[in-house]
Amino acid sequence: MSNAPTETAVDERIKTRSRFREAMIRPELGGIVGTVAVFTFFLLFAFDSGMFNSQGVMNWTTVSAQFMIIAVGACLLMIAGEFDLSVGSMIGFAGMLIAIFSVTLSWPVWLAILTTFALCIAIGALNGYIVIRTGLPSFIVTLAFLFILRGFAIFLPQVIERKTIIGGIKDVAEGDWLAPIFGGKIFTGLFQWMGDTGIIAVFERGSRKGQPVVDGIPMLVVWAIILVIFGHILLTKTKFGNWIFAAGGDAEAARNSGVPVNKVKVLMFMFTAFCATVFAVCQVMEFGSAGADRGVLKEFEAIIAVVIGGALLTGGYGSVLGAALGALIFGVVQQGLFFAGVESSLFRVFLGVILLGAVILNTYIRRIITGER
Amino acid sequence: MNPEKAPIIQMKNIEKHFGSVIALAGVSLEVFPGECHCLLGDNGAGKSTLIKTMSGVHQPTHGEIYFEGKPMSFGDPRDAISAGIATVHQHLAMIPLMSVSRNFFMGNEPVKKVGPMKFFDHERANQVTMDEMRKMGINLRGPDQAVGTLSGGERQTVAIARAVHFGAKVLILDEPTSALGVRQTANVLATIDKVRKQGIAVVFITHNVRHALAVGDRFTMLNRGQTLGTAQRGQITPEELQDLMAGGQELVALEGSLGGTV
Repeated sequence: MSNAPTETAVDERIKTRSRFREAMIRPELGGIVGTVAVFTFFLLFAFDSGMFNSQGVMNWTTVSAQFMIIAVGACLLMIAGEFDLSVGSMIGFAGMLIAIFSVTLSWPVWLAILTTFALCIAIGALNGYIVIRTGLPSFIVTLAFLFILRGFAIFLPQVIERKTIIGGIKDVAEGDWLAPIFGGKIFTGLFQWMGDTGIIAVFERGSRKGQPVVDGIPMLVVWAIILVIFGHILLTKTKFGNWIFAAGGDAEAARNSGVPVNKVKVLMFMFTAFCATVFAVCQVMEFGSAGADRGVLKEFEAIIAVVIGGALLTGGYGSVLGAALGALIFGVVQQGLFFAGVESSLFRVFLGVILLGAVILNTYIRRIITGER
Repeated sequence: MNPEKAPIIQMKNIEKHFGSVIALAGVSLEVFPGECHCLLGDNGAGKSTLIKTMSGVHQPTHGEIYFEGKPMSFGDPRDAISAGIATVHQHLAMIPLMSVSRNFFMGNEPVKKVGPMKFFDHERANQVTMDEMRKMGINLRGPDQAVGTLSGGERQTVAIARAVHFGAKVLILDEPTSALGVRQTANVLATIDKVRKQGIAVVFITHNVRHALAVGDRFTMLNRGQTLGTAQRGQITPEELQDLMAGGQELVALEGSLGGTV
């Protein structure tokens, strides 16, 4: 084998691909195109609406960050070949657990948060365990949990407090060491300075006169950025990332090559539950209350963001950065329509249209990759 | 083939029963390093059961397996893989949506350490993949080319190259040529030849006599769960092989009517 040929004749039937086509074959393509299109649109039609001043930017950034947090989990899970439809219900359920533990049972808030994380990640693991043990589609298993968790999120506060919203979390979270990690803000000094120097708007009157309108970056946004970076590195730069692709691409082939497919899938269900809980804790800390109806339809919004980001519904292909762009598109459009004064129900029309467009584009890209016709 | 060499795998009187079905009724087989041992037989002859027993998927009901001279009982396929027995399945070996390089190292990813963190060493993976593919005569557009763009024969070759790279001593190929065209089949057979010359034992399962004769050193015929014997290369004609495989006489008549083309 030492005299192996160093050159092999180029197969004349393979057309060399143009750089353009080469660039097309990335999962993020749809997300990039969509992001550019959406920003161009709103810069043209809603520039004067306040959407691009400090308050407006913070508004759609926060909404996008919410989508991003759950999209990262949904993205990795979808690439691993599974769905989790219980994300939205888990957001409501997790928020309710925190409220019950901290307000009703008067636990310290940090203990309430950590216990909620433990319970929700355990439920995620249970989802995954049922899916791999029974071989049932994750669609059905997690649909069951969509109802189970939502049911508990409504039942528990009604039985315990005789209402479906539990408030007063801001008061009990006062002085807690863990709560600011989800509900706090960073760079407040920087924003004060930017307000002082006139870069961003400040309150003109009232008790907060002189303070900047946007006084810092919410931890929700920080969590979103951390999770996106973590997810991206995990997926593309680690051994485990390769296993995620393999588990979703063809579980049997992956097993034949020694990939612990079941472990990968269960861990991804747990990670999705973790993301949903992060979302829930941030929201509860921000609002100071937990509502039984929080997170309704979030599972589908996460899946749509992931699909816009280029992931295939069948698994084995996708990108966390793409999913993050999908979430950004989502947030910008949802809030942008509001700024532009468009009837908000049209947002759903937009969602449907863009989802369909993204799926068709993804199918086309997959054909290019695999050379199917 | 050097008969003085010790066999790497020795199977003695292997029996495998599935409930009341006797899939293998006392099969004995020896595989030597550096030989291509063809396992021939018609559908239902027990070829699959035999190789699954060899690769640890099934445990024999009776009989012994010696691997490198030592009695061996593989609990599951992973034991066999780590011992150096690799199986390349006709399907279920490669993931079309993943790049050749990611497929090549699937389950054996090279890592490089950056501080306390371990990252997938893409640079090394890509380098090794390109080198190995070039050795096998496959010209990739790049290591990030998806396996889905490769032909069936190329995929088999990637799978074989992967098994060899990760230290397989025995390579079991389960009908690698059955779904391939003429040119692709030739490529896979050439690959088998290269692998054999590296001193690896190849167990080549096929029911195509011509493919077997092209690369085989020895031929073992299975029929209804039993061996009909092992023949050396040159000791047997294609016609005899064909007859043995089909279980004898019926085919002679059939072949007559088809003009000897089967």
